[in-house]
Amino acid sequence: MAGMFRALWTYRDFVLGSVKREFQSKYRNSMLGAAWNLINPLAMIVVYTVIFSQIMQTRLPGVDNSFAYSIYLCSGILAWNLFSEVVSRSQSMFLDNANMIKKLSFPRICLPAIVTSSALLNFLIVFGLFTVFLFMSGNFPGLVFAALLPVLVLLVAFAAGLGLVLGVLNVFFRDVGQFFSIFITFWFWLTPIVYPASILPEQVQEVLAFNPMSAIVASLQGVLVRGTWPQWADLVYPLVLSVLLCLAGLHLFRARSAEIADEI
Amino acid sequence: MGTISVSNLGKAYKSYPTRWSRLLEWIDPRGRSRHELHWVLKGLNFTVHPGEAVGIIGVNGAGKSTLLKMIAGTAKPTTGSVQTTGRVVALLELGMGFHPEFTGRQNVVMSGQLLGYSSAEIDALMPAIEEFAEVGNYIDEPVRVYSSGMQMRLAFSVATATRPDVLIVDEALSVGDAYFQHKSFDRIRTFRSEGTTLLLVSHDKQAIQAICDRAILLNAGQMELQGVPEQVMDAYNALLVQKEKSGFRQQETVTGKVQTVSGTGEAALDVIALLNESGEPVEILQVGQPVTLSVSVDVKADLPELVMGYMIKDRLGQPVFGTNSHHLKQVLADVKAGQRYVFRFSFDANLGEGTYSIAVALHASESHVAGNFEWRDLALIFNVVNTCKPTFVGVNWLPATLDISQ
Repeated sequence: MAGMFRALWTYRDFVLGSVKREFQSKYRNSMLGAAWNLINPLAMIVVYTVIFSQIMQTRLPGVDNSFAYSIYLCSGILAWNLFSEVVSRSQSMFLDNANMIKKLSFPRICLPAIVTSSALLNFLIVFGLFTVFLFMSGNFPGLVFAALLPVLVLLVAFAAGLGLVLGVLNVFFRDVGQFFSIFITFWFWLTPIVYPASILPEQVQEVLAFNPMSAIVASLQGVLVRGTWPQWADLVYPLVLSVLLCLAGLHLFRARSAEIADEI
Repeated sequence: MGTISVSNLGKAYKSYPTRWSRLLEWIDPRGRSRHELHWVLKGLNFTVHPGEAVGIIGVNGAGKSTLLKMIAGTAKPTTGSVQTTGRVVALLELGMGFHPEFTGRQNVVMSGQLLGYSSAEIDALMPAIEEFAEVGNYIDEPVRVYSSGMQMRLAFSVATATRPDVLIVDEALSVGDAYFQHKSFDRIRTFRSEGTTLLLVSHDKQAIQAICDRAILLNAGQMELQGVPEQVMDAYNALLVQKEKSGFRQQETVTGKVQTVSGTGEAALDVIALLNESGEPVEILQVGQPVTLSVSVDVKADLPELVMGYMIKDRLGQPVFGTNSHHLKQVLADVKAGQRYVFRFSFDANLGEGTYSIAVALHASESHVAGNFEWRDLALIFNVVNTCKPTFVGVNWLPATLDISQ
């Protein structure tokens, strides 16, 4: 295990370089280039703000702020996008890089590292803009903002662990990838992102507590919308699950890495 | 220093009867195996010592690529182990991982990072890489506008930017045009003289004989033979023609060299002799001396076609000259069992000083691959001495006249 991470450290320039290239290649040959990285999320924030808070006059129950719903929506969606980008790219990473795996010798653990870092980079750009918006609209929560860091670390760990498990399984059972792309749509709507959890009947809320993403997203929304510290006790369940998934993923990856190269 | 040691190496791929079998195998608590192993390589043992150059040959499907992949680390062995020491660079597939939209320079950086160089090291190596690849101003153009030769050149330059302890080359010597082939080959030779251990897979006899100290013949996933390149190449040739027929045999000649004889035996070589102008057998020839290669052949079965060919090889086993009765437009058609023919090829021994061997073969159409009746390597050994011509070097006597003007 230690050897795996040492190899990753030796190849850090490759990981960083790959993230950089992936970022560059997205908007290569477009005239505005990297500006699209800002325009896309900006458009999203504008759409949610204008449509939900100004036109539809949507209000969050219990919060008296015209921006509250769009902040609620943006924080949920940004977190979800990070999660779904990591997981869905991880589950296909071995198949997507089949050629490289078969022909070149490099530590395979670089692949999940590249996928996760690159999703994180995309997230940080959008989230940076979102933070600027919070400042400008006078909704910056203050010191409690620092609580986002551990929650985001948890979110990434959960996504990376799940992605690694699915990525290895998908090499051997291609149905996993097909199934997950459907499942993640359901999962999105089973997580209180677009709607507040409080509008649901109590029994349903109890069931939703089994969704580890609920607690993570709720913590982020709490910090950004109400300026409240996360309920740390609620995060124990996703934390345990993340640790288990990461261990399972690394174990599966190590046990099957020889077979992965044969199978793809 | 770079070494490769391969012990009891084997590779098998799993094959499952149905898609569900693997799932059942994974979740079965009793751990019952539900797959069959399909072996592509079995029980391989060899060591490559520091600074040694070893060639690997074998027909398609013999397991050469699988072996290289395991040594390079892209595939894991099923049994046994591969141990390498020193920095290993494998030229398995040049230009792999080049991104068409990025410039040559950016791709060099990426390939370098994949080889484990740091960014600073790549920056330092960049001028040398650019210079060696000779892509000029294209270095800052996207790789998609490169010709395939340019891509290969750039890839080769990156892969060989610094001298590795172990270099693994898979058929990659055919990089670009003839000029660049020489250049890349020279670089490999230089590495070799500086102590790089070399493992080379090639169908190119010249390459293997010219650069390798030892060759290994793989056949059907097992090591058939290892030894000096000349002997192994002969065995490989025999294997090529013998694929569907009986095996080949190798025997020591009186001079201690190993002779390979193969063929179906439907026609057999009898007396093989090199004769001078008065018809006497000779072993030592003068440069340029007219000689006749006389070969008598016994036909053992009715054959629609009979062609005889010969090949003169130098000390290293490199072909110097070869032809056959098909190319000389004298094919024997419908020969009957029991007949005896004598073939006489006459030529001037326009060869440089040294030892040469002659291989002779009896076969059906224009090459020995179609039907091989008898193939005999090292059928004759002769020496060429130079006592009457001006001093020269090389395997050929190309009479030169000189005119100096001012």
